[in-house]
Amino acid sequence: MERLASIQARIEAALPEAKLALAANPGASGQHSLVVEAAHLEAVARRLRDDPELQFDYLSNVTGVDWLDRVETDKVRVKREYQGEEIEVEESVERRVPGYLEVVYHLYSVARGTGPLVLRVRTGNRTDRVDVPSLANVFRGAELQEREVYDLFGVVFTGHPDLRRLLMWEGFSGHPMRKDYVEPDDYEYEPTPHGEVAAKASRRYAKRGQP
Amino acid sequence: MIDRGGSRRDECEAGGEDAGRLEVSMGPQHPSTHGVFRMDVVLEGETVVRLKPVFGYLHRNHEKIAEQTTYLGSMPYTDRLDYFCSLTSNWAYALAVEKLAGLAVPERAEYLRVITAELTRLQNHACQMGFMLQDLGAMGTPMMYAFREREKILDLFESLTGSRMMCNYMRFGGCRADAPAGWIEAARGVVGDFPRFLDEYEALLATNEIVMARTQGVGVLPRDLAINASASGPVLRASGVGYDIRKTDRYGVYDRFDFRVPVGDHGDCYDRFMLRLLEMRESVKILEAALEQIPAGPVIDGKVKLRNFKPRAGEAYGRIEGPKGEIGFYLISDGSASPYRYRVRPPSLINLTALEEMCLGQKVADVVVILGSIDIVLGEVDR
Amino acid sequence: MSVEGAGLIRGFIETGRNLVGSYVDPRRWVTVQYPEERRATPENSRVYPFLVYDGADPEEGLRCVSCKICEKECPPQCIYIVPAQDERGRPRKHPAIFDIDISVCMSCQICVEVCPFDSIKMDQAYAWDREDRFGGLLLHKADLARPNRYYRELHPAEARVVDEHLARERELRESGVRAAVRASLPGSGEPGGGT
Repeated sequence: MERLASIQARIEAALPEAKLALAANPGASGQHSLVVEAAHLEAVARRLRDDPELQFDYLSNVTGVDWLDRVETDKVRVKREYQGEEIEVEESVERRVPGYLEVVYHLYSVARGTGPLVLRVRTGNRTDRVDVPSLANVFRGAELQEREVYDLFGVVFTGHPDLRRLLMWEGFSGHPMRKDYVEPDDYEYEPTPHGEVAAKASRRYAKRGQP
Repeated sequence: MIDRGGSRRDECEAGGEDAGRLEVSMGPQHPSTHGVFRMDVVLEGETVVRLKPVFGYLHRNHEKIAEQTTYLGSMPYTDRLDYFCSLTSNWAYALAVEKLAGLAVPERAEYLRVITAELTRLQNHACQMGFMLQDLGAMGTPMMYAFREREKILDLFESLTGSRMMCNYMRFGGCRADAPAGWIEAARGVVGDFPRFLDEYEALLATNEIVMARTQGVGVLPRDLAINASASGPVLRASGVGYDIRKTDRYGVYDRFDFRVPVGDHGDCYDRFMLRLLEMRESVKILEAALEQIPAGPVIDGKVKLRNFKPRAGEAYGRIEGPKGEIGFYLISDGSASPYRYRVRPPSLINLTALEEMCLGQKVADVVVILGSIDIVLGEVDR
Repeated sequence: MSVEGAGLIRGFIETGRNLVGSYVDPRRWVTVQYPEERRATPENSRVYPFLVYDGADPEEGLRCVSCKICEKECPPQCIYIVPAQDERGRPRKHPAIFDIDISVCMSCQICVEVCPFDSIKMDQAYAWDREDRFGGLLLHKADLARPNRYYRELHPAEARVVDEHLARERELRESGVRAAVRASLPGSGEPGGGT
């Protein structure tokens, strides 16, 4: 954590307009991460790669994470008039936290043998503000992996040299790794004992007027 | 400004447009592509001027399946990523979960993991060399010699794990079962015989004029591009980068063994080929030491729950040096019985990032050799 | 190496040694004539699961209590269990239906590991060619039931551990029952049974 904070300070000193935030990892692995604003991602990545003290020259892993919209309840104390008297009561207020897509980068240093440095960048929302600058021009290794994230999560990487679907076919709609993706019921009919699959298959065949 | 570490892509695209160009779709059903993989190649005469790999024929969304099943339930699916190296995939996944949940592994299990992983490396590299030579036109013979050796290792796997290829052997906090009686001795026998195969293979092919003519200077991956394009494993090391996760991360008990990391000079197909041969010799050294040192004791931490395994919320990235390169697993737990996010870092896919650069300017027949020298398994590329 | 073709010749010598050697060196003669000649499978080898029964009756002797743990834990979901009911419609600790779709099963052995009753084990029969790829590969309770004798033959070391464990459990249960009966008898001085 201290090491990450020193990296953060170093980057912020070099790039004063880029604001980084530490994201603590509550788990046992101790792999904390730095959250970067999308606008400064490329500059930060370039700095991490070229800084002679850091030399994070190896982008090992790029992946997406889908965080759905969620509702959180906050307990707030409010003043209410009750039978002519003003009293303080506790009320729960529902707060809607908009979801976002997150791209996670794992950087290592081949030159110094250090790592992983975890970078995260978040999109504005899950629908129309899903663009993030591409790192393919800083790290060639991001090229195929960003295509995969685009394909499966729907994050649009601006500046990517060849942003096409990687695993699904052209013309496929939807992004299968999103948490709210509904899988199609196009099961081939098989007399399987499993109720769920059989029900899905029979629903589909009933729709098409087949046995 | 695009800095791509010495790309030949732009030079080739600057050339005259469609002047007698031919577009060839290599694959998906082509014996040289090692599975269902396609390369859209644009040729000028016989020279490659553009190459676009096309993926996804074997895509089954392994990651989504894993996010819908339990932590344990994903273990047999990791066997099916790279079906040559199920044990290293098992280990990488177990390592990531152990990091996520903060589990320790008994010493004997660590040794068993090293032994099975190095045996996996031996059989993978042997077969890779066989397949690559098959792609070169050495039909059958070298591959069958490699398969003969692999068979002995698969027999060991079967008597240890119950299955030859889909081993499903590692568990969180150890290994599933201890080695049966006589297994260590049998493994010693196989490992002791292995150098003979390596000598034989070296005599058979290392100085073969045809192999040298077809592979030296072919498919060169420059050092800077190799790092920048996140190449890993033998592909990275053949380009002159001495980066081996067994040395840098020192996971498991690898710090107890004395072995060297072979590094190539030219980054061409011949270097990748010979590097694997040298790596196998180092693996034999590790195996001999590990089979000698393996302590007695339990093979699994009995406190780790098999069912209802719920690591606390958090995330972890665990990686190991697989035979094909860095195989890593990135997991996010939300405290429930299945991972919130499960990601495989597939070395086969990421090593293909620079495939186009390696092939540009080469003859179409060399594309097959270059692909063979990278060593991919489509089960892992497409997941 | 200076002679052109020396490497090729070295290679041919190597192939020649293998060709001749395969007639004399058993380490080089590695194949068997499969359908006529078969190698024994190692004890740990596994293919598809089967159900163990004790005694002579494959129906009543089944160890399975239809707890459905294996059905839940099976990664590809190839197990299907319906618990049996007694005359009054209450669930019995016995499966009415126990199906395994071996066209889906991936031989991972997780059902065996999670079963607390040692009732499902791995078989080693691997020849499963069938004309009907649906029905022929859907195994029912009767196809799956195998006597404990069979299990002991397949996996002797493992079966010994399981048998000992089960015997100990039975003993505990019976002594527990006896102690409980004694404790419930009026005037017995022994404090509560070992249940």
